[in-house]
Amino acid sequence: MSDALLDVRDLVVRYGGVTAVDHVSFSLAPGETLALNGPSGCGKSSTALAVLQLRRPDAGEVLFEGRELTTLTERELRPLRPRMQPVFQDPYGSLSPRHRIRDAVAEPLKVQGRWTGTDGPARVAELLDRVGLDPSYGDRHPHELSGGQCQRAGIARALASEPRLLVLDEPVSALDPSVRAGVLNLLADLQDDLGLGYLFICHDRAVVRHFADRAIEMREGHVISA
Amino acid sequence: MSSDALLSVHDLRITFDGIEAVRGLSFDVRPREVLAIVGESGAGKSLTARALLDMLPRGASTSGTIEPDLAAHRGRRISLVPQDALSALSPVHPVGDQLAAAVRSVARVSRKEARSRAIAALDRVGIPDAAGKARAYPHEYSGGMRQRAVIAMATINEPDVVVADEPTTALDEEHRDQVLRVLAEQREAVGAALVLVTHDMDVVRDHADRVLVMYAGRLTELGPAEEVLGRPRAPYTAGLLASLPQHAPPGRRLPALRGTPPAPGALPPGCAFAPRCPLAADACRTEEPEPQEVEGRLVSCHRWAELPHPATKLFQAQAQAQERAQEQV
Repeated sequence: MSDALLDVRDLVVRYGGVTAVDHVSFSLAPGETLALNGPSGCGKSSTALAVLQLRRPDAGEVLFEGRELTTLTERELRPLRPRMQPVFQDPYGSLSPRHRIRDAVAEPLKVQGRWTGTDGPARVAELLDRVGLDPSYGDRHPHELSGGQCQRAGIARALASEPRLLVLDEPVSALDPSVRAGVLNLLADLQDDLGLGYLFICHDRAVVRHFADRAIEMREGHVISA
Repeated sequence: MSSDALLSVHDLRITFDGIEAVRGLSFDVRPREVLAIVGESGAGKSLTARALLDMLPRGASTSGTIEPDLAAHRGRRISLVPQDALSALSPVHPVGDQLAAAVRSVARVSRKEARSRAIAALDRVGIPDAAGKARAYPHEYSGGMRQRAVIAMATINEPDVVVADEPTTALDEEHRDQVLRVLAEQREAVGAALVLVTHDMDVVRDHADRVLVMYAGRLTELGPAEEVLGRPRAPYTAGLLASLPQHAPPGRRLPALRGTPPAPGALPPGCAFAPRCPLAADACRTEEPEPQEVEGRLVSCHRWAELPHPATKLFQAQAQAQERAQEQV
């Protein structure tokens, strides 16, 4: 598929003698949500890390916006990394406890050379507002936020890089049910407005059924149904 | 204490780190029933469960009464199935020895008899080759098997009450159903009541006779599970149910509760749910509602009679209003 945002072909990830991901293939269109579903240990998080090239796969291809990533050097990957951003399960573990929310959201802008003294702070406030956080939360540290607020801050940080793909690894699994719905609604809004593709890893079938356009189910490293 | 109660909790208050986390809770546990306690983090459900067992963390202080004092016979009349089976078992003793020790802690029986009871208990919870597995250590068990071994330990002395504190939270969906089935079977077999602490409404629907919904350390709603889930009378219960994806109407936006549960120690005045409640009125912001009898259940809400059924639209409207407000900022 040439218009795919992400095209994964025969992906293999091994840890020592264990094959965690065994020839997994799928593709994802812009603006689409593809869920990876399965029990713990089925290889869904290893797939996510390999897609992001945070763990280099042992075999297979990962085409992101048409470019093969697995053969690129770290230096070659660097300009592409902002366009594919992770959001992890543990909202507190994803943000440095020592940095204020404002600084966590500003960091990608600074690293990518898009920070100016005049526009930067306004951009951070805009991002916080975009994820449903009052910009005054920027002054706080992660431990002063609830789990749901913290996860919103993590999403704002991911958005700062202006990504096309979000790899969401159990983004709502640590949240209380009454808070989870709000974060899922936020993700749906962002996708509608920005046309983001979501690789959505989730073990909760009810959430997958409600939220994803398509789902593939993994078991022991294999795709068992697509 | 009502006459048919196995255990009666009256005006339970639990203070932890100077913060009152459970704030005047009263309920009964009836013989052979499954009572689910549901609520979100900080609601006080786990502390309540631990109080039943007199196993509160150090530094917690309580007031109120729990009668009779089953916790004085913990391990015999009341027992615990904890969330994390691995840390509930000693890593340096074979599983069978640990079950046998549980038997001998309450009954004067020979080692041989205790051992055969341990093997029988492992067999009952569906552990294949129970005699062989009794000699194995916890790390040689899979996650689901460990949780079953812990259930065997909690039921081996045929207690009156088994308290299960989020017994399946650490497990994935397939193991969850299997472990709950074993727990239900064993509870039935020994004729114990089960107090099941969970945040999973599907578990409540499938397993509970009655449900106690907690919010911010208080009773929000208590009644027959089928009726409470089928037609909630407290707005919090209704909002929680409406926000679950399995109950959501078609379309991608879920009815959502605005805001987050309050932190214990930072409660708003009046009803703790008022800032998130689409029905809140002036009285709700000044006066905390007491549990009142409504159609065979207890409901703590000034406005319960105003709650429509189904309440989904109410929370959808609230979520939409919240979105509009944000767009205007």
